[in-house]
Amino acid sequence: MMARLIALLARLFTGATSRWRGCAPEPRLRIYFANHTSNLDFLLLWMSLPQQIRARTRPIAAHDYWTGDPLRRWLASSVFRAVLIERKKVTRENSPLVPMCEALRAGDSLIIFPEGGRNLSGEIGEFKPGLHHLAREFPEVELVPVFIENLNRVLPKGEFLPVPILCSVYFGPPLKLEADEEKGAFLDRARNAVLALRAS
Amino acid sequence: MNLPDEQTLWIFGGFFLALTVATVIGWILQRTATGESGAKVIRNLNERVFAWWVMVGVFGAAIALGTTAAMTLFGLMSFLALREFITLTPTKPADHRSLFWAFFIITPLQYVTLASGWYGMTVLLIPVYAFLFIPIRTALAGDATDFLTRTAKIQWGLMVCAYFLSYAPGLLVLDIPDYEDQDAKLLFFLVAVAQSSDVFQYIWGKLCGRHKIAPHVSPNKTVEGLLGGGLSAIALGAALWPITPFTPLQAAGMAAIIVVMGFFGGLVMSAIKRDRGVKDYGELLPGHGGMLDRIDSLCFAAPVFFHAVRFWFT
Repeated sequence: MMARLIALLARLFTGATSRWRGCAPEPRLRIYFANHTSNLDFLLLWMSLPQQIRARTRPIAAHDYWTGDPLRRWLASSVFRAVLIERKKVTRENSPLVPMCEALRAGDSLIIFPEGGRNLSGEIGEFKPGLHHLAREFPEVELVPVFIENLNRVLPKGEFLPVPILCSVYFGPPLKLEADEEKGAFLDRARNAVLALRAS
Repeated sequence: MNLPDEQTLWIFGGFFLALTVATVIGWILQRTATGESGAKVIRNLNERVFAWWVMVGVFGAAIALGTTAAMTLFGLMSFLALREFITLTPTKPADHRSLFWAFFIITPLQYVTLASGWYGMTVLLIPVYAFLFIPIRTALAGDATDFLTRTAKIQWGLMVCAYFLSYAPGLLVLDIPDYEDQDAKLLFFLVAVAQSSDVFQYIWGKLCGRHKIAPHVSPNKTVEGLLGGGLSAIALGAALWPITPFTPLQAAGMAAIIVVMGFFGGLVMSAIKRDRGVKDYGELLPGHGGMLDRIDSLCFAAPVFFHAVRFWFT
């Protein structure tokens, strides 16, 4: 209920259009990986999915930020069902990959941002190896490249009042890790898939 | 405004009939269309007709509800058009606060001053005060890269989407002798001629368009479309003279102003789209594109029509 309301509001304000280019919105086990320019990226991507798919899709979010106060804690746990991961002081025990793998095993799709942090220039940075790890552990999962357009213009870093610029979310054809593909080559291919959506 | 009066009902009845005819024709064409490209044109035609039902409905409701409702509708149209315009023109993070002002303060204020009848401020707000304010606010944000381009784009968006468009509901606050409380019909005249000119040019262009006027700017505009469509719209304008304060000849002349300015409005706004490499400003109205694609001709025709009426008839 609350999730639907928030999705509707965000949708009205960003005027977001979902453009499925190369795959359809189907309830399969997927990892949506996208460029990261704004704190609201995960929200926009998440609400661009049809309601049934959204209910089985969990965004990855920073543990320290989303447990900061009761409101954020409630949003992260009850509304977005975020998979909270540690950003600082990562050890083998609290490795961010552990909760991600658990979520996938439980049958939930994931939304991840493989650049690791926000890229404020609007460019797309190098991908961190986590995506490769997940692709190797879960070969049956479809890896869907996503490009989020214009959201960094709606709310640039350090601003608190958004402007109503129209956003688009592009979904590209799913990737899979090839049998003998090197880590670096795979990460480049994944990044290029997102870049290709920007050019389209 | 004193609506609905009998004339207004007749006009809306006429458009209701025209749309019904268009809907039936579209339906017949859809059943008889052959070939891939033919079917595509018909599908687009039917989408356009459907969007026209919505637009006539919304516009009619706003006019029937009175001046405030009409001003609100046009204010909302300005907001949506500006949104499409700014989305298409690249801005920088340093423009953020200026954009916030443009969307949430300046555009609404334009319609508030208009509705309050403060004519002096209505005509000065954007060309003078926003023109001064936007570069000041952007300079304070501290990024000098492409400064002139960035401020010019925001100012341009405000001028076209908010300032020019606001002249259309501006007709509602004009005092025309022997035409008290009937200004809504003049607004209707403007919108009907501008929009039907687009439709007639589209139809004439599709039927017998050969010679392109500006192939690099707007490839769908043809001499045949402009002449046939323009003359048809002028004829419609002349036929609408009973609802205006004009004589039939004056009504034709006023319609000609709207047709010519509307044509150039479409051409100029196409040049911007072409430069940015897109076909439409948005996807708000299926078949038509965005808000700005639908009102580009109105934005250019409204200020000239308004001042022509104000100069000669008040």
